[in-house]
Amino acid sequence: MSIDTETAAKVAKLARIKVEDDALPALAEEFNTILGFIEQLNEVDVEGVEPMTSVTPMRLKRREDVVTEGDQQDKILANAPDAREGFFAVPKVVE
Amino acid sequence: MTELNTLTIAEARDALKKGEVTSAALTEACLGAIEGAGALNAFVHKTPEIAMQQAEAADARLKGGEAPALCGIPLGIKDLFCTKGVASQAASNILGGFKPEYESTVTGNLFADGAVMLGKLNMDEFAMGSSNETSAYGNAVNPWRREGDETPLTPGGSSGGSASAVAADLCLGATGTDTGGSIRQPCAFTGTVGIKPTYGRCSRWGIVAFASSLDQAGPMTKTVRDSAIMLQSMCSHDPKDSTSVDFPVPDFEAALTGDIRGKTIGIPREYHMEGIPAEIEQLWTRGKEMLADAGAKVVDISLPHTKYALPAYYVIAPAEASSNLARYDGVRYGHRATLAAGDGITEMYEKTRAEGFGSEVQRRIMVGTYVLSAGFYDAYYNRARKVRALIKRDFDEVFASGVDAILTPATPSAAFGLGEMKSADPVQMYLNDVFTVTVNLAGLPGVSVPAGVDKQGLPLGLQLIGRPWEEGDLLNTAYALEQAAGFVSKPAKWW
Repeated sequence: MSIDTETAAKVAKLARIKVEDDALPALAEEFNTILGFIEQLNEVDVEGVEPMTSVTPMRLKRREDVVTEGDQQDKILANAPDAREGFFAVPKVVE
Repeated sequence: MTELNTLTIAEARDALKKGEVTSAALTEACLGAIEGAGALNAFVHKTPEIAMQQAEAADARLKGGEAPALCGIPLGIKDLFCTKGVASQAASNILGGFKPEYESTVTGNLFADGAVMLGKLNMDEFAMGSSNETSAYGNAVNPWRREGDETPLTPGGSSGGSASAVAADLCLGATGTDTGGSIRQPCAFTGTVGIKPTYGRCSRWGIVAFASSLDQAGPMTKTVRDSAIMLQSMCSHDPKDSTSVDFPVPDFEAALTGDIRGKTIGIPREYHMEGIPAEIEQLWTRGKEMLADAGAKVVDISLPHTKYALPAYYVIAPAEASSNLARYDGVRYGHRATLAAGDGITEMYEKTRAEGFGSEVQRRIMVGTYVLSAGFYDAYYNRARKVRALIKRDFDEVFASGVDAILTPATPSAAFGLGEMKSADPVQMYLNDVFTVTVNLAGLPGVSVPAGVDKQGLPLGLQLIGRPWEEGDLLNTAYALEQAAGFVSKPAKWW
């Protein structure tokens, strides 16, 4: 499996990270190094093995479906780079 | 009179209880040591006002009697923990300016017990690194140096600032987190003790997430006893973390009898790896002898899937990171890129993330994105999760055969020079975690204990791996090893 610059560009796009065109070959090269390392996993016989989900098998706890810590609009917006009139503000999404 | 900042937690606790010292005096001593240790770049956000307020409150509580063990003890907090009203950046520019409106459960537990926060500690960005060189704050520096050599060394990572601060006596103990070895490796590099408890012991709530199925908080301290005391306070069941367990937390310090007669210690043959320095092998052999002399039975064991732990980790951890770090989008907190005319929301995301994340974090997010993408999910991600199940099964079988703890080296080398790994490819850096990462994959408790120095005078650590939920027994074995090794060296002060 070898990653070319086109795949690297696609992955960067999926990850929503801007990568300049001239940086793509080096990025593809790094991916190939890491994926080459990961390829070793193909040597392992995993037939019939269930993926691990927890250290000690246990049911996830359930809780009442109720508001626990609501009504904190100011606190939630306190760290926003751009908050206006009680909302998070972002560039125009819909034309 | 001993400098107060050089006390252990246990010594300080006893002195506080007897009224021989005040928390205010302990805290002032630590704040002074921190002021003089700028060269280590361990503390990146100092909180002296909070510290003195907490110290005074602790002194009042101590006067009233019945104070918890940690009451009045000055600690450093890794920058990965959200601390209310105090910068919590995970050493990343993308969280520049972020001041949480809430407290992480672990720091909340520590403060409820009266612990004092001196400030926030340096680390690798988002805990992704083994040398503290990916931090937005710059490198943390190891207080240890090679004999007759002034080359600045790494304190390890990701909890590098925590390790440096504890080793240099800037605080009595520190919090760390460990996803692949981030408590144990820096402890080994700095001659300190650190335990990663069983997954689920400490709540992850309010700790900036890296890889949620692997992340665990733990203490980093000067002694095994101090780790037991601090871990006790950090553990709790927390309804806010669905993976936090509702098991009673035993008295870890009470387990420290030093008696390990009749215990069975396993030595995994797969941990004899090619290219590991002879000094590490010799230390490991000495560790075996010390435990045997203390009355333990030492047996050879096999953990056949060890070799596949690192590759499995480098699928699972980036996959979880790519999904956890999707939240940094320039909308709710932290950095947002300056946009050009006509830029829309996608450009905002892409520019913000390119500016805010460092190169190692970007690399891991993208690797994770790739292994989770359509067509590769089964081939990479599900396969890695199955290999993880096999790694856990290896441990289960060994413990079922009567082994109480497993002894291994903590790291494949002593601390290396800052910048020395610069030309290495990412995979070479990942090999730092070769002995520690299996423990995270299997969710087990693991402790690093300083056990000697190399020929350049640098500390080396041994790791003990325990049965799930049996941290008390594990810490007792670590305590026996600590006593036998008698490691008392301290770095000579140059900073």
